[in-house]
Amino acid sequence: MPEIDVDAPGNTLLLMGNEAIARGALEAGIGFIASYPGTPSSEILPRLAEVAKRRNLYAEWSINEIVAFWNAVAAANTGIRSMASMKQNGTNVALDAIANLMERGLRGGGMILIDADDPGRRNSPNEQDTRGIARMLDIPLVEPGDFQEAKDMIPWLYDLSEELDCLVMLREVAKIGHTRGNVVLGELPKREKKARFELNPKLSTWGQANLHARVHEKMKKAMERFETAPFNRYIGPDSPDLLIICCGACFLYTMEAVNIMNLQDKVGVFKLGTLWPLPEKLIESRLRNTQQVLFMEEVHPFVEQSVMELTASLGPTGPRPFFYGKRSGHVPSFGELTPDDALRAISKILGISYQSRPAEYAEKVGAASKEEVIPRLGTLCAGCPHRASYWVLHRALTMDGRDGFATGDAGCMSAGFGPSGYFVAKIGNCMGGGIGLADGFGKLKSFGFTQPVIAGEGDSTFFHASIPALLNAVWNRSDFTLVVYDNSTTAMTGFQPHPGVGLTAMGDPGKTVPIEDVCRAFGVRVEICDPFDIEKSTSVMLDVLRDEGHGPRVVIMRHECELQRARRERRLFEVVVNPEKCLGRECGCDNLCVRVFRCPGLRWNEQSGKSEIDEVICSGCGLCVDICPQGAIEKRAIGEGR
Amino acid sequence: MKKHIKKDPLSLIIIGVAGQGNVVTSSLVCDALVNEGFQVTFGQTYPAQQRGGPVINYIRISEKMAASPIIPEGRADIIVAMEPVEAMRMLSLYGNPRVMTMVNPRPIQAMDISGQGTKYPAMEKLMRDIKDLSGKTWVVPATEEAQKLGNPLLANVILVGALIGSELLPLTREIMESVLRDRFPKALDINLLALEKGIDLVKNPSSF
Repeated sequence: MPEIDVDAPGNTLLLMGNEAIARGALEAGIGFIASYPGTPSSEILPRLAEVAKRRNLYAEWSINEIVAFWNAVAAANTGIRSMASMKQNGTNVALDAIANLMERGLRGGGMILIDADDPGRRNSPNEQDTRGIARMLDIPLVEPGDFQEAKDMIPWLYDLSEELDCLVMLREVAKIGHTRGNVVLGELPKREKKARFELNPKLSTWGQANLHARVHEKMKKAMERFETAPFNRYIGPDSPDLLIICCGACFLYTMEAVNIMNLQDKVGVFKLGTLWPLPEKLIESRLRNTQQVLFMEEVHPFVEQSVMELTASLGPTGPRPFFYGKRSGHVPSFGELTPDDALRAISKILGISYQSRPAEYAEKVGAASKEEVIPRLGTLCAGCPHRASYWVLHRALTMDGRDGFATGDAGCMSAGFGPSGYFVAKIGNCMGGGIGLADGFGKLKSFGFTQPVIAGEGDSTFFHASIPALLNAVWNRSDFTLVVYDNSTTAMTGFQPHPGVGLTAMGDPGKTVPIEDVCRAFGVRVEICDPFDIEKSTSVMLDVLRDEGHGPRVVIMRHECELQRARRERRLFEVVVNPEKCLGRECGCDNLCVRVFRCPGLRWNEQSGKSEIDEVICSGCGLCVDICPQGAIEKRAIGEGR
Repeated sequence: MKKHIKKDPLSLIIIGVAGQGNVVTSSLVCDALVNEGFQVTFGQTYPAQQRGGPVINYIRISEKMAASPIIPEGRADIIVAMEPVEAMRMLSLYGNPRVMTMVNPRPIQAMDISGQGTKYPAMEKLMRDIKDLSGKTWVVPATEEAQKLGNPLLANVILVGALIGSELLPLTREIMESVLRDRFPKALDINLLALEKGIDLVKNPSSF
């Protein structure tokens, strides 16, 4: 894969939507980007960071999204084109800053907010359609419908942002950001970037009674630009039987469905790229030429409701088509859509039958798969230190015997809610919610609440959102134990560094901030354990759980992420199950290793009736050696006994 | 000379269990196709990168346009499965009587979710059903051969070789070799060997 800044206008690269955005930003002369990882937009920043020095731009993983956003606002106010990229949850974190910026406006440089939503919440705590904030706060909003557009929109948006002195927003869905497609490159600019802050009296907010009125002026101008934007396209006959208004990945699903059903001369596809404010005249002219309209969008009926409202405002002489979509029940109102959703909706509206495959085949494959397709749930990797930590917590809570529980958090830590985390996490919320909830639980003693509570946070989450809640807990003497699962990286989302690691996004040394130093500064008891020492960690956990009555305590479970370690070094142990020692079905452990411990490197051999190691998956960490009551799992340091 | 595709878009699925590295197989194939001037759309399940879950790669090949990153139900042309249960999972969603299926027979057990034991289906019947439900099936022992070469992850390149050997894609061995040269400059020899092995497994099926 060539670098993102290859200077070859006219050449084609296979780029992810996110990489296309990064390329578009370079072509627009971006100077500053800040972000927080763990999102469907997380490829934008690293691709820019790796060329940052030679392209004279600054790229930063910030501590969280509102900090990233403030950083990018500052840069834009000195004339440097800037970007803040996040996902729905991050945009929520930054919302106060976004809201305040809209009234204040920008001075000089353009700024784009990238929001990547995750329809179907494949990797997110919630499903959210963040386009709603564009309407709530009057932010000019676009959404790319393919990969080329993801690139082409960026320079266009910077021009608009600078013309209006206003933040602009690009919303992408995960299926655009994370899909690769052909992208034809444009020119890279040669212009110089110079930062200077000047207070333009015209743009001063001092003494301005009604900043909000200025926002509406900007929205009027944005609507004018949107009427002629190249991102709104119509493909189809002049007066279609059915007009499909679509945006984002749904544009590709809709085109696929129309082509499969061979309806190119009956159905018109109106792809909207500028979503707020709506290009009202353009939409009205399309509505006048059809009797039926279908909306295809993810997740909320954002365009659907806006177009209905527009139609109502046009009065009795305006167009009056019938609207199909989420409101009518023709399109699902939650989850990720697919081309099949478009096929079903078109087939129902036009009364044309569609069959995806012969009924006989469908029946046969249905019967076979019912029997043979076993469920596969994502699990923690073989060798993952979190498995060890959860095993320790599971043991300690059981031994403590007071019906204690843990709170959970995002990223790899979400495994704590499931079988690979032994279900120790019972309740969670957003980033930082694990400690925020525990802080609340820890104050309920006067109501007879006696269950010990463990707040669980990953190391990256600790820095992102946990420090204010910890401080609050110390001040108000909340009774709980904070466990920080410290694997020394942000593993779930691609190994981004954080302050505990002391490396910056651009690969420079930053100042390391050890988690224990932060906690000790608040005056709390801090214990540091290696979860791979199961016995010692369990006894420390038990002791800390019972050390009640004077506020929160902290246990740091510290062991490096196995994937990160394996990038650097060879495996540590050769692990085998000794068939002489494994008692299999006869053992009182009742298949503890595969049934309860559940490391994917262990498997059950139906024929021999014993456990064995899957040598392809086993990482050689050796943890399971300590959990087998028979001592049947054996490890040999690599290089020994050869 | 550039080859043409018989169907547009041509729809390929490459499925594996997270950790098997099927994204490598997919991206090698996609790079070669783009070099050959095709419009490629390479969609994937937005990664739940945690181990053990199925990872579906959707590859659409066209001579004219970007296609949907998800294949509609029952409309796969080619399914490459790194694992036999996953082949069946894909057939159940995207299979049809004409689908071409290539399967690595090495099973990977699923995590015991319930704690009540997980039954892996009987291998013989599973493979028979896969063959019954496909227009044509290639069984490619990619993991087994990769282990012989010293690294199970080479199964990915062996499957790329098998795809080339099967002539299901508009790609030649020469094109793929040049992609490997770009991608693995430091470990080129072993990857070229794996490619060769894959081609050989399909061209001379008696060798397994």
